[in-house]
Amino acid sequence: MTGELGQLALCFALALSLVMANAGILGARDINATARRIANGAAMGMTVFILLAFGALTYAYLTSDFSLRAVANYSSTAQPLIYKVSAVWSNHEGSMLLWMLVMALYTGAIALAGRGGERLTSAALGVMGLLAAAFLLFILFTSSPFLRFDPAPFEGAGLNPLLQDPGAAVHPPMLYFGYVGLSASFAYAAAALIVGRPESENWARAARPFMLVAWMALTCGIALGSWWAYYTLGWGGFWFWDAVENASLMPWLVATALLHSALATETRGAFRAWTLLLAILAFSLSLIGTFLVRSGLTTSVHSFASDPTRGFFILVLIALAVGGALALFAWRAPTLKGGAAFEPVSRETALLLNNVFLVAACATVFIGTLYPMALDALTGQKITVGPPFFAVTFAPIFFALLALVPLGPRLSWRKGDLKEAIKPLYPALGVAALAAVVVLAVASPRSLAGAGAFAMAGWLLVSSVIEIRKRRGARTAAFAAAIAHAGLAVSLLGIAGTTVWRSEALVLVGPGEKLTVGPYTLRFDGVTDVDGPNYRGARATIDLMDGDAVKAVMHPEQRIYSAEGQDVSVTAIRTTGLRDLYLALGDDRGQGRWTLRAYVSPLAPLIWLGALVMALGGALSLAGRLRARAPEPKSAPAVALAAE
Amino acid sequence: MSPKKRRRLYFAAAIVLASGGAAWLTLSALKDNVIFFRSPTEVTALHVQPGVTFRIGGLVTAHSVSHGSGAEIRFTVTDNRVTVPVVYRGVLPALFREGQGVVATGALDEAGTFQATDIMAKHDEKYMPPEVVDALKKSGEWQKGGGS
Repeated sequence: MTGELGQLALCFALALSLVMANAGILGARDINATARRIANGAAMGMTVFILLAFGALTYAYLTSDFSLRAVANYSSTAQPLIYKVSAVWSNHEGSMLLWMLVMALYTGAIALAGRGGERLTSAALGVMGLLAAAFLLFILFTSSPFLRFDPAPFEGAGLNPLLQDPGAAVHPPMLYFGYVGLSASFAYAAAALIVGRPESENWARAARPFMLVAWMALTCGIALGSWWAYYTLGWGGFWFWDAVENASLMPWLVATALLHSALATETRGAFRAWTLLLAILAFSLSLIGTFLVRSGLTTSVHSFASDPTRGFFILVLIALAVGGALALFAWRAPTLKGGAAFEPVSRETALLLNNVFLVAACATVFIGTLYPMALDALTGQKITVGPPFFAVTFAPIFFALLALVPLGPRLSWRKGDLKEAIKPLYPALGVAALAAVVVLAVASPRSLAGAGAFAMAGWLLVSSVIEIRKRRGARTAAFAAAIAHAGLAVSLLGIAGTTVWRSEALVLVGPGEKLTVGPYTLRFDGVTDVDGPNYRGARATIDLMDGDAVKAVMHPEQRIYSAEGQDVSVTAIRTTGLRDLYLALGDDRGQGRWTLRAYVSPLAPLIWLGALVMALGGALSLAGRLRARAPEPKSAPAVALAAE
Repeated sequence: MSPKKRRRLYFAAAIVLASGGAAWLTLSALKDNVIFFRSPTEVTALHVQPGVTFRIGGLVTAHSVSHGSGAEIRFTVTDNRVTVPVVYRGVLPALFREGQGVVATGALDEAGTFQATDIMAKHDEKYMPPEVVDALKKSGEWQKGGGS
């Protein structure tokens, strides 16, 4: 029954999304107050029906209802509860329903909050309705999770073992809150173009909370994905520049640019057209990212069994959404009013540079990711561009951006004074220089890049502290940016530490043999076979020595899941918070001898800690926004200025 | 020039400079960092020079795997026409088997042996790297449903 209920709920949701699309766009005209009420009602109704459908699917997974194909294929009764739940979105059909659920939640929030006035909200709901209808059609016609299986099997096939992991369970919803959140700012941008002035002037302010939520979720989602890759893949790396990772990085870069540019639009009326374009671009990139990841163009745990009609459908959807939005932009953007003038040295210029660097960085990732695919499709020539490509393109652009980060917030709007801005930051410059000198003198191997990264991190971190001290007592939102920028510095330290100063040992060891890696001495005590519920594996016992005494025992494992034919390495990581000792068991070379990979990664945990700090900055900014929601005392002078 | 026009000019100049710089960086980086995929047949046919990094893919020849000193391992990669010897020092993916598909990154040495720096760790027994499938199809040795 639940299957049919879910399917029916999806059909109702589709009908309501079409109503919402029509009524919402009609409601953009001043006289159509009834249409606006209908759009609002339809939005709430659609949200409820999608919740029902998702609830029905989750119930089917919880009760292991193998008469549903998706449940039989991706779940089993033996799975722990949490993986029965995460199995819901571990496959194409379920993940599309999750996408839809998140979209419904954002739609409900837009309708309830009604930010930016009735007409803007109505038009935004109209655009959300169009998007929701497209995705619901996609789900109903090509990827329904409610298809039946006859006869129902006794036991399901089980969840991909690589995904039976807390990190992998939480990562997709996080990322979807990011991707789909960008559809909300996209909807507001399109709405601004539809309603025109003067309501359109509010769009950046109205969409801000959605941008912030999307950005925070993307930041956390990317960090989770990178952390998962670090501890499961056994290569000791945290970022591999593969297409799947890049697909999530590109929307993040543009969303970051959007957050900054929208600030200038909101407070000064500057970059109006550009900010709209960025909102369109950000969502386009999340659609393209989803397409790349899901279409089977790339091979990974993410590419679910692919079906050409699905890929084609998504391509058409992308073309319509992006093409439609760009056409609307070309038609309506010239009616936007230009913002107030500014001098070359000003907050506006700083934000402009931020945008230029971020978009250029995104362009290099885009080319590095899509060029090989395009070349393969066009000529059959198979190439890869590896990390060295991104090291010489992405890294310098991002580095240049980081150097400017502390200056931006210290420059005044319209006309700033560079000298005045830098003066309070002298301590930061001092710390940066000191960090570079110390790193060059002390750290081995000596690394110019490492010294540069530490100097940059020092510059960012100390400037953030100065900024936070200055703003003490001010609204939370005021130092949210400083905290997010400090997060960048923390991540940078971690990245520099692991990339430059990681020690590595790759050895063939027999029982009782010792090895050293970095400052650690390890003793290999041999390997025992383990029989798991659904895998067979080899479990090594490795002692961390302190002189002749055993300080700790570590157990890296190598597992083969026979039913799925998968090989999973279970790494053993011992962290001090500032340094990781990382062990991955290799392959059996006979006579009790095994290959073993050991890494000592200084500062590795900071990579993900920094991402958390960035997200915290976003959360503070959001909290400040929502608290100061009522009237707009701050914006009155800004509007007066903008009108100059 | 009105301030507005001046601002537009800065904006345009910044974009042109930045995109020009990014394009230059990207193109020069692409030239130096593209890694080609070659099947064993192509390796001999194209006379790939020693020291040039590329990826090679094919099947691990049956009975070709032997262990050297330390973690070193030797085997040959074949598309059933041409066979290229490979040396690798490192951890093999657990599903590395004779007769199965493999993709390795590295370069030829003077003796014509492929010095692999990385053997692609695929996590799936049924999975055959798409490059290998293509290479086998080209050499006419592809049988659907199996690489064994």
